[in-house]
Amino acid sequence: MLAFLIKRLFHALLVMFVISVIAFAIQDNLGDPIQQMVGQSVPESERAQLREELGLNDPFLVQYLRFAINAAQFDFGYSYVFNQPTTEVIARHLPATLELVASATFLIVVLSVPIGVYSAIKPRAWLSRFFMGISIIGISIPVFLTAIVLIQIFAIGISWTPFPADTSWGTWLNEVVSTEGGMPAYGRGDPIHVVGTWYTNFASPRGLLYLVLPAISLASIMLPLFIRLIRAEMLEVLQSDYIKFARAKGIRLRRIYFLHALKNTMLPVITVGGVQIGTLVAYTILTETVFQWPGMGLMFLDAIERSDIPLIVTYLMIVGLIFVITNTLVDLIYGLVNPTVKLTGKPA
Amino acid sequence: MSLLDVTHLDVRFALRKGDVKALRDVSFSLDRGERLGIVGESGAGKSVAAFTLLNLIAKPGYIAGGSICFDGQELIGRSDRSLRHIRGHRISMIFQDPMMTLNPVLSIGEQMVECLKAHRRISTHEARAISLHKLVQVQIPSPEARLDQYPHELSGGMRQRVIIAIALLLDPDIIIADEPTTALDVTIQAEIMALLLSLCEKHNVGLILITHDLGVVSQVTQRMLVMYAGRVIEDGPTREIINDPQHPYTQGLMNALPQMATPGSHLNQIPGSMPSLDNLPSGCAFHPRCHFVTRPDGQHRQACKEQVPDFVTSGNCRVACHMVADMLGYERIPAEEITQ
Repeated sequence: MLAFLIKRLFHALLVMFVISVIAFAIQDNLGDPIQQMVGQSVPESERAQLREELGLNDPFLVQYLRFAINAAQFDFGYSYVFNQPTTEVIARHLPATLELVASATFLIVVLSVPIGVYSAIKPRAWLSRFFMGISIIGISIPVFLTAIVLIQIFAIGISWTPFPADTSWGTWLNEVVSTEGGMPAYGRGDPIHVVGTWYTNFASPRGLLYLVLPAISLASIMLPLFIRLIRAEMLEVLQSDYIKFARAKGIRLRRIYFLHALKNTMLPVITVGGVQIGTLVAYTILTETVFQWPGMGLMFLDAIERSDIPLIVTYLMIVGLIFVITNTLVDLIYGLVNPTVKLTGKPA
Repeated sequence: MSLLDVTHLDVRFALRKGDVKALRDVSFSLDRGERLGIVGESGAGKSVAAFTLLNLIAKPGYIAGGSICFDGQELIGRSDRSLRHIRGHRISMIFQDPMMTLNPVLSIGEQMVECLKAHRRISTHEARAISLHKLVQVQIPSPEARLDQYPHELSGGMRQRVIIAIALLLDPDIIIADEPTTALDVTIQAEIMALLLSLCEKHNVGLILITHDLGVVSQVTQRMLVMYAGRVIEDGPTREIINDPQHPYTQGLMNALPQMATPGSHLNQIPGSMPSLDNLPSGCAFHPRCHFVTRPDGQHRQACKEQVPDFVTSGNCRVACHMVADMLGYERIPAEEITQ
């Protein structure tokens, strides 16, 4: 186990090094930070002086080394816009994003496994075909469109009167196709303070309500993908000899499906899933923008708009770090589920 | 009455272009402790017959007719739920490829304990004790350690021993072994077969051995069926069939054994290959390959080309062949369409 962790740590450092080089290269070539920091009226001589003080005239390698040494101590400099250490700015926005990603992940896990398994066990059932159809639609519609439609239906509400309102059945049908709206779809509401910069939406029913629409939007692409992945894997597993043998042993069907078949199905799903959950962090940029969710995604777009380069770089590094951590965790879980993988490296 | 009576079993696969008849009019019986071999080329329907006994044929296969009577109970038409109590409990199975039969992510112990728990109300502790006892019986080296190992840590031969142990877990009445040694090393084949035979004899377990190895059949079984294109064509005591095969197909199989060939010459073989089930020849399905028909003076044998042969009795055997019937002096009865 220790050998595995050390090996993974080395991999992680290598990945972080590459990300840092890319991030720094962006920092070096993107916009003029001085322009953002000072007003229009500041003369060129003062700008040059500032540039010199900030070390922006040093050679690339010197600047990178300075950056890397600081970055290793979690010091990414000051945000030009907020005039605070970027790590503090990120720390303020990180909980919102993590809570959103966690909620979406929860939705994906809780829904994709039963739906995927069901549509593999009963591939010809009407409900399975319905799920498959819906999932294609889900994959095809971009996140921001899903989000806008959700806001229209559940937050704003639609009053639609395609049926004659002067008959009782028409009125009733009109009510059925119309929605009242009222779901919160702007920001986080009033999250409850937990510790440090962590304010949570999980602690109150009202807070959870604020999470519903953003989480559904964020999950809308990955959920169908996972349903289809689980279904395809499960269909293949159900064809295998060990499933037939389990049936010949007289094992209950429920146990065959949910232990024998599902455990084998989940092996590739876990691998893909780990990468995809990392990708969810990236997808938050769209979701957070539409719902004005005050997380890292929204902050990142803002930072780009204002050329807040240290903040952009810090965001890239932190997201890279989240990716590396989730992938390492996924490898660990995979090793626990799959007995043919030996994390310990001890001889079999 | 026998322990297992299969009569007029008819199994079809519903394909888009129509039903394919995988088994036609298959009948056999098995007494308690008796060992029956089912032989035939690939595609003869041996495995389908085995899986049909426990209604484990995969869709689009279905049982179109016949009866499977086990210990006085009819098995055809029973729900999966009620068949579950027979599967693995009173009739268990051994599959062909031990590398694929055990679930790779569950330990040997789990796969044994769950089988016991599916049929008996016992504690995990007791179930493990019984499992260990069975592993000792199949002579696996260091049986205690195996319970917590996973299939990938075992060799093919050891896995097949584990599978035999699982098949014996609940002291079944019948074991159906579908080519249990085909996927194994030649040296291990004999060991596994000897083990299976000794355990069946010791516990008086009936064995249905599906194989294309006539040598194994002659050593292990008391009675045998020869199948061709989904039908039984010869059926009787193993010794009699091996010593004096009646059906030209069985004769061909015997001739094809390497020990029957003159050293240095080509091995004998039956010309042609098994017809596909969706395009069976008329009359006797074997007639296009049968030397009685293909030889120059056999062209006039219209009966072989037109009528499905009925069984005739020859000694203790039953044979479905027009030639044998003629030689034995049977009068030709118009063959009924048995499968209709």
